[in-house]
Amino acid sequence: MSDAYRYQGTGRNLQKEMLGEWFQRLSQAPARGEPVAYLFISGNIAELLTNFGFHLVYPEVNALQCGIKKTAGQFILKAEELGYSPDVCGYVKNDIGLLHSGNQSPMGNLPPPSLLVCNYSGCRTYVKWFEALAEFYKAPLFMLDVPYRRDDALEAGDLRYVVGQMQELIALCEKLTGRRFDPDRLREELARTRQAEDYWVRILESAKRVPSPFDSYFEAVFFMAPLYTLRGTPDCLRYYEAAWQEIEERITHGIGPAGEERFRVVIEGPPPWPHFRAFWEMFQRWGVVAVASTYSKVGGLYDQGVRHDPARPLESMAEYCMNCYTNWHLGLRRDLIRRYCHDYRADGLVIHSVKSCRSFSVGQADTREVFSKELGIPTLFIESDLADPRYFSAAQLRNRIDAFFEGLAHRKLTSLPVVEARA
Amino acid sequence: MALDALIAECREWFTDPEFRRLKALRAETPPLRLIGCFPVYTPEEVVLACGMVPVHLYGGGTMVEIDHADSRLQSFVCSISRSTFELGFTRRLDALDGLLFPSICDVSRNLSGLWRRNFPDRLAEYVHFPENFASAHAVPYLRHELQRLEAKLAPIAGVAPGADDYRRAFALVNRQRQAVSELYALRAEAPWKAPLADAYAVVRAGGMMPRGRHLPLIEQALAEWRESPARPQDRVRVVLEGSFCEQPPLELLQTIEEAGCYVVNDDLVLGQRWHAAPLPLEGDPLETLARHILERCVPSAVHHPGPQGRGAELVRKARESKAEGVVFCMAKFCEPALYDFALLKRALEAEGIPFLAFEFEEKMSTFESIRTQLETFVESILLFS
Repeated sequence: MSDAYRYQGTGRNLQKEMLGEWFQRLSQAPARGEPVAYLFISGNIAELLTNFGFHLVYPEVNALQCGIKKTAGQFILKAEELGYSPDVCGYVKNDIGLLHSGNQSPMGNLPPPSLLVCNYSGCRTYVKWFEALAEFYKAPLFMLDVPYRRDDALEAGDLRYVVGQMQELIALCEKLTGRRFDPDRLREELARTRQAEDYWVRILESAKRVPSPFDSYFEAVFFMAPLYTLRGTPDCLRYYEAAWQEIEERITHGIGPAGEERFRVVIEGPPPWPHFRAFWEMFQRWGVVAVASTYSKVGGLYDQGVRHDPARPLESMAEYCMNCYTNWHLGLRRDLIRRYCHDYRADGLVIHSVKSCRSFSVGQADTREVFSKELGIPTLFIESDLADPRYFSAAQLRNRIDAFFEGLAHRKLTSLPVVEARA
Repeated sequence: MALDALIAECREWFTDPEFRRLKALRAETPPLRLIGCFPVYTPEEVVLACGMVPVHLYGGGTMVEIDHADSRLQSFVCSISRSTFELGFTRRLDALDGLLFPSICDVSRNLSGLWRRNFPDRLAEYVHFPENFASAHAVPYLRHELQRLEAKLAPIAGVAPGADDYRRAFALVNRQRQAVSELYALRAEAPWKAPLADAYAVVRAGGMMPRGRHLPLIEQALAEWRESPARPQDRVRVVLEGSFCEQPPLELLQTIEEAGCYVVNDDLVLGQRWHAAPLPLEGDPLETLARHILERCVPSAVHHPGPQGRGAELVRKARESKAEGVVFCMAKFCEPALYDFALLKRALEAEGIPFLAFEFEEKMSTFESIRTQLETFVESILLFS
């Protein structure tokens, strides 16, 4: 690659490298006698746990990796042998099956937890998932209860409750590790996190450009990984500085993620990890760019002003926990998608409904009604699964996707105006 | 009233697709205000203190054909959510002034949002119960949440409840729960005296009518069942588990007994037996209620059980009720029940307690396959245990 394009590929490659190193550190933790905490991505409190020297394991990330590396099927079947129903979340079954297969993941050996922190934000399945892990690993479980955003305004009582629990978690971590809580270190890490979040928002919002230099769904799932798994570390900040340089370079040279941009869409719902590449290609062949997505907000609605704040460490962490996408009530979610359609000048909305995740999927059919019938925004509704490779009908999906974009293409050819969402 | 007529009346409360008995309450002078409560437990004490009637809704059962709800909820979502939505769409729940959804699962949570958009003229409120029972901050949080709920209900009631209103509500709830507990105690001791489907109907109707009107009904039924001349049969004592939200059809409950089981404990209509002890009548009512919900609620699949897990509790329940086995009767697509099953079965296996598991849907109409499974299960216990 010429000097003019020296940052291209950085976003994908550097995160891969950093995640590889992270998994390597994880596999070495037991031999070094270092503590390991398991937690979830949505509303995670990484900086609080690394303060006590915990290595962090995210069972969702393990399940996601197994999906994309096509090993999920065997683990899911293993969990079903243990009594898990075909109708429950594939992520959970993947993780439980992996645990009962010796925790040899395609990314490396996963260490057992010294502490389970169920920071459930927006997904009640997390509770059942960690109850099972507590039983299988015989590890202590701390339930960090994050109330749902059930009213439009953020409840002060909810925030007090979350902050109070964090203080209790700090006391527990001090007891478990024998280390004192270091508030200066927390502030330092949160300052880095905040900077990384600023970069991430600049990357996301670059997709407002026409054509867009960035795909906020198919690319964002890679670009968001360091912010979810390495938050607060110097590496995390270094990653986003480099990733932003890649995006700037794309802007300068008119490089886009889909070759010629023909259609701009907003995507709602998680991707089908076991068939990620095939799914992406179904859109790429139509020159589709996802200019905004909701899945890239499950780990925090940073583009809606959410930021960690070293001046208000626990309070800002609590606000962050409550402001992850699936922790918002459906009205807030709909308004967000509507704003995305408008602000990012989208031609349509794609809803990918997955059976595994009711937290996402229940309500999506109603969202389709609102967008297609009330707002007049072309909406495609398709179904598969985020983890279970059995629920993916390639031919059927391709037909639906082709028909949708044929319709949009015809609409553009015949100069029918694309209806914009009411602001 | 004869016992048969009493049971028929109780059944009518929840099997009439037009909910005429609810509509009649609304037509009284002065009209009663009705607030729907989605399972498993909603703080009905706040509704009662506001002078309104909490109406426990358990979906459409066998009463409705799913038509409109298909356009809003996917096929992998549990029946109770779809049928409740259908009842709303077909205007059969118009007698209700609002509907409350508790934090039991992601489906119930999102359903509150669906309800809000599709029925904007009625209250639709989601109640988030604490999951961190060990936290010192859980009681203040829940008190605040109950107060938030009260603030939403008071404008509908037209009056904000005072401490005395709460105490009266608590006393009423305590009396009703006492009667239900006595019925469960009778069934644990002599299940042949009060057939499962009949006892169930009497308890379930109590969640739909004004509580003061239910008390004489359940007390009469209880008195007659206690004196029943029915004699025990050669059946197996079982605990029924997994039907805490969506309810099995009455015919399925009958099938379980006909196949040779005495259900000596269960988690049916669990919200009406949520408190394991009477609510104290002294102190700040909302704090008392918050503390009671957190510290004295029954174990269930919909709230985190703490470090001891749920397996030990199920084993204790089976032992205490001298059950010879456990029957898992789980609603299809019910995630809390299906997740718990994987862990509960381990606990039963470790203790050598036999179990049988099957799934149901509220609209199912043939039970032969389940009957055969049950009969085999019963025989295996009678012959080999």
